[in-house]
Amino acid sequence: MADSSIGLWTVPLAVLGGAIRVSTPFLFVSLGECITERSGRINLGLEGTLVMGAMSAYGISYLTGSPWLGVLAAGITGALLGALHAGICSLPRVNDVAVGIALMLFGIGLAFFLGKPLIEPTAPRLPAIDFGWWSDIPQVRAALRINVLFLIGVAIAPILYWAFKTTRWGLLIRTAGESSDAARAMGHSVLLIRLRATMVGGFLAGIGGSFLSLFYPGSWNEGLSSGQGITAVALVIFARWDPLLCLWASLAFGGAAALGPALQSVGVTSGYHLFNAAPYILTLAIMIITCSPKRTLTGAPAELSITR
Amino acid sequence: MTTDTADSAEAVEAVGVAPAADPGFLQRYGAAIEYILIPGAALIGALATFGAFVALYGKNPLDLYFYMYQGAFGTWFSWQNTLTRAAPLILTALCTALPAQLGMVIIGGEGALLIGALTATSTALAMQWAPPLVVQIAMVVAGVIGGGLWITLSGALRQYRGVNETISSLLLVYIALAILNHLVEGVMRDPASLNKPSTREIGATNMIGTIPGTDVHWGLVFGLVCAIAAYILIYHTTFGFAARVAGGNIRAAKIVGLGVGKLIMTICFLAGACAGLAGMIEVAAVQGRTNANLAAGYGFTGILVAFLARQNPLAVIPVAILLGGISASGGLLQRRLGLPDASVLVLQGIIFVFVLASDALYGRIGFLKGKS
Repeated sequence: MADSSIGLWTVPLAVLGGAIRVSTPFLFVSLGECITERSGRINLGLEGTLVMGAMSAYGISYLTGSPWLGVLAAGITGALLGALHAGICSLPRVNDVAVGIALMLFGIGLAFFLGKPLIEPTAPRLPAIDFGWWSDIPQVRAALRINVLFLIGVAIAPILYWAFKTTRWGLLIRTAGESSDAARAMGHSVLLIRLRATMVGGFLAGIGGSFLSLFYPGSWNEGLSSGQGITAVALVIFARWDPLLCLWASLAFGGAAALGPALQSVGVTSGYHLFNAAPYILTLAIMIITCSPKRTLTGAPAELSITR
Repeated sequence: MTTDTADSAEAVEAVGVAPAADPGFLQRYGAAIEYILIPGAALIGALATFGAFVALYGKNPLDLYFYMYQGAFGTWFSWQNTLTRAAPLILTALCTALPAQLGMVIIGGEGALLIGALTATSTALAMQWAPPLVVQIAMVVAGVIGGGLWITLSGALRQYRGVNETISSLLLVYIALAILNHLVEGVMRDPASLNKPSTREIGATNMIGTIPGTDVHWGLVFGLVCAIAAYILIYHTTFGFAARVAGGNIRAAKIVGLGVGKLIMTICFLAGACAGLAGMIEVAAVQGRTNANLAAGYGFTGILVAFLARQNPLAVIPVAILLGGISASGGLLQRRLGLPDASVLVLQGIIFVFVLASDALYGRIGFLKGKS
């Protein structure tokens, strides 16, 4: 594969291209989780949502012939799973972390169950925009074939940052996340705010899943997600609940995940799995550095069960 | 199907109502009845929902229940299959149930299982000269220490750095998996394992074998002993009492001078040791070597077992057998009903959701309120 004319440049190029491709699901899931966690609830079930989104996007794209309808279906599936999570969590004395694990098992199981007949057929995939038209080098062109979903994700991050900061909805979500009593005193239903935040979070995570099955790797099988949903949850902690930092962290984690295969292509084969684990190690490291017995993570919503 | 759920749930409740003529009975046993009634109803609700789901899929739910029973408990063969699967589930469930006594939610049993398998395999490979019994004992010790330290890491981070143990134990699962894959495809790889990178085999003589007269391996006995020991530790020793006090009210525990840090570390070590033992058993009784097959999800199903058992180490045993049975019946459902192998995962997910939602019911069932 390695083109001798550009030699070792294949590695940074592959990392760049990989960062853009691999980071898209991270980006969507982490932005979704960011909204949910800012409202004071953690949804660990997004791994299940991601896989369900991938399956339903592939199925709908195959049945209707339109990949964009598939993306929409993935989002709706994700929102429904989010509603299920929020619904169960709004019952008294229910542990949201455990519900997340339950929905992770459920989502993955359901996706494998319903997706069994989808392994064989090929569904229409999402189109890509060629930003590398100016170059003759195939690696550069491959790296710069960018999917529209990535651009949408990149646009959502600053919009979300702005929305959290200035809009009425952003303020309500943050109030519910920092002090449910304050939100209640203002006459708002905390459960309703969290329901909506979890549904929007699920919607985005579902779209992240559709990217997996409809663009990269671009098919449906049971090994499609290797824990990207969990990585994205970790990534939100890594990014300190800031949507803009989520964007950079997604790119960095995507790059780390792409580094393994890129090095493999130039003959460096060891350490592949350790690069894949980099997001988990980095997140754990940042938790160790910034936590202390007296003080919790900076920037963490006060109502979040994992910070209390 | 929903009416069916209600009927079955009522039937279960009726059993509970019968002795209610004596008001003292409810006062004494109300809580215990709740602990059986509510998870039981949740289980029946989940089975009914799964039946409805399968009916939508075009299969007869009655066939489903019949084959599930057949595949799990119908014959001696299926019983043995069930018990073989229950063994690691008991141990991984203890990995969640023990820290729960301290109010900690540890969900990283899968990671401790993988590390336990890895340390046990390394030990066996390094001790090929020794007699089998010595190797087996060394493997147990290695698995227990490996898994134990892995979860102790989460406990220590919680105690000394204030890092949330749920998230850290979950992150450690994926780090453990990466370490395992890295070693199995790297320095520990058996050159002969081409398609499925694995370590070398620990040797047929070092395998722990089956209980005489059965096909069930000794791991089941390990599991039963650990569960009973954990129960005695938690409910019949001073240490267990201290742990439960700390779990109930951490400030009170500190005021009466309990060493909370030591409690956390010890309980976490024991929890991880159980899961590490499960990993050792999977290597020494089933796989014979370490490879990615070990990440079969026993750690995650163990969380479900612990929650369904209300974190009681003794209740873990029947619940693990029940869920072992469900997973054992997967093969039969696939062959006879043509259901995908993921049906077991779907059912587990539904059960988990029902069990968690049923947490809201405790102390709210009208006729059981006589106790207060």
